[in-house]
Amino acid sequence: MSDAVAIEVKGLGKAYDTVTAVKDLSLSVIQGEIFGLLGPNGAGKSTTLRILITTLNPTSGTATIFGHDVVKEADTIRRLIGYVPQERAIDRFLTGREHLLLLADLYHLPKNEALTRIASLLKLVDLEEHADRVAKGYSGGMKRKLDIACGLLPNPKVLFLDEPTLGLDVQSRLNIWQYLRQLREQGMTIVMTTNYLDEADQLCDRIAIIDRGEIRAIGSPKDLKASLGGDGVWLTLEDPQPQIIETLSTALKGLPFVRAIRPTPQGLDIRVDAPEKALPAILEATNRVECRLDGIEYHRPRLDDVFVAHTGRSLKDQPTEPTT
Amino acid sequence: MNEQMQEVLALTNRWVKRLSREKFSMLFTLIQPMLFWLIFFGNLFQRAADVQVVQAPNYMSFLAAGVVVMTVLNNGLAGGVDLLFDKENGFLERLMATPIRRSSVILSRFLFVMAITAMQILVILGVAFLFGVSAETGILGIALILVIGMLFGVGLTAISMAMAFSVKSHGDFFSVLGFLSLPMIFLSSALVPLAAMPGWMKTLAFFNPMTWVIDAIRPLILTGWSQALPQVAIALGVLAVFDALCLYGGARAFKRSVG
Repeated sequence: MSDAVAIEVKGLGKAYDTVTAVKDLSLSVIQGEIFGLLGPNGAGKSTTLRILITTLNPTSGTATIFGHDVVKEADTIRRLIGYVPQERAIDRFLTGREHLLLLADLYHLPKNEALTRIASLLKLVDLEEHADRVAKGYSGGMKRKLDIACGLLPNPKVLFLDEPTLGLDVQSRLNIWQYLRQLREQGMTIVMTTNYLDEADQLCDRIAIIDRGEIRAIGSPKDLKASLGGDGVWLTLEDPQPQIIETLSTALKGLPFVRAIRPTPQGLDIRVDAPEKALPAILEATNRVECRLDGIEYHRPRLDDVFVAHTGRSLKDQPTEPTT
Repeated sequence: MNEQMQEVLALTNRWVKRLSREKFSMLFTLIQPMLFWLIFFGNLFQRAADVQVVQAPNYMSFLAAGVVVMTVLNNGLAGGVDLLFDKENGFLERLMATPIRRSSVILSRFLFVMAITAMQILVILGVAFLFGVSAETGILGIALILVIGMLFGVGLTAISMAMAFSVKSHGDFFSVLGFLSLPMIFLSSALVPLAAMPGWMKTLAFFNPMTWVIDAIRPLILTGWSQALPQVAIALGVLAVFDALCLYGGARAFKRSVG
């Protein structure tokens, strides 16, 4: 992976009459990486994506792709990128092949080149058998494969995907992930939105956590998790009154292996270094102050913990309907 | 091949494919106007309509011009529907992320709607011919009917597309469509000549561009060149203003929607 910057976003904002969809958003995407925009529905991911693919103008700030401005040089940008929208953007009266032929005309690909590319793309996404059926009968996974083939038709330098695996079954998701990894191997830069934690964790090289139109954290999933500082122990109290939580918190403070303590509505969120030694000590301290526990949970930091740490709420609690 | 032409043709081809695969829709699109209006209305009111009032040998020959223009009206007002669906399901966004000229999508829609409308007009005139109504001005007159119809259709399609780009949901779109379509027909000279209308309706119909279009096409079918030409001249003037307004509004709505 070279470190050349593919996309540079500075102070980007999009405000409507009554709402601000995105505010003061800055990030850069490095050439050849898979960059994920992670956040709940309505966080501003899709708005950011639409600005980058030139279908929406920002109200402040700038964004450039390979040095070209997305507003002033929109036409140049459109020749550099491929776009994979959410699954509904398929014409159910056209066959898979006709989708690709239409786009080949819109990109003005020479006829022979178009036919060769279409054949190889259909093969890549394993749709050859169904290429001449109308898309009405396609499954969700097939539609998404067709979407990806459409996005790849212009042989883009940057591929943008909006929730590429939303609503797909496990097998189709794994297939899509595999295509995207293959494309990265070939040097393509990929930017995608997702509200799936495991997708961000396993597929993306770097992610930006977006919530309420702002970036809360940027980094590789590994670094973000490491930045939480140690493994996590969560205590849930039977009677989570503030003063009881306070007493327990004081009792735990200064214990060896305990690195940080943060109160939560139900109890405490504790960061520890060596869990096998910290856990007995924590339980012992809890008994000493006669605090009754309803539950205790221990695990290594997960991306959702990162999300909670930066936004104050869990992504898993969000409904997962398609964004509009 | 010119690049924009390639874009417009590819997009128009998509509209044609869509229509040809919606067999029922195609059938009704082509047959409904003449079946419903020309044949049913024409025969139903044959005895009820006073030949002195309609100033025509029979009601169907009077009605033919009205049915032609109604077809233009319905096709035009519905012309933006497919774009509305494309906007709602994201297909339009997919198109707009490609390096096409922004106007190609719009032009393809005009081209498609006009072609379908022209075919329907010819079918209607053909069916009317089977019932004994033939255009007094011959082939040239029919060509002129097509031109006038297209000019009216362009403005209507522009209104429809402007609405498609402006409305929040397709429910709104169809409400407005339903609200516009029938009054436009009843408050025009499509079914009854202006002279036979009650005063207030006559006033409203006078300001309906559809009235002027029908009044130009009707003598082309019924009477002949000498009576038709002055009416055609007036209609062309009305249409110039009408189209200019509609295209201006349409262009603004499009710019606001897709930049």
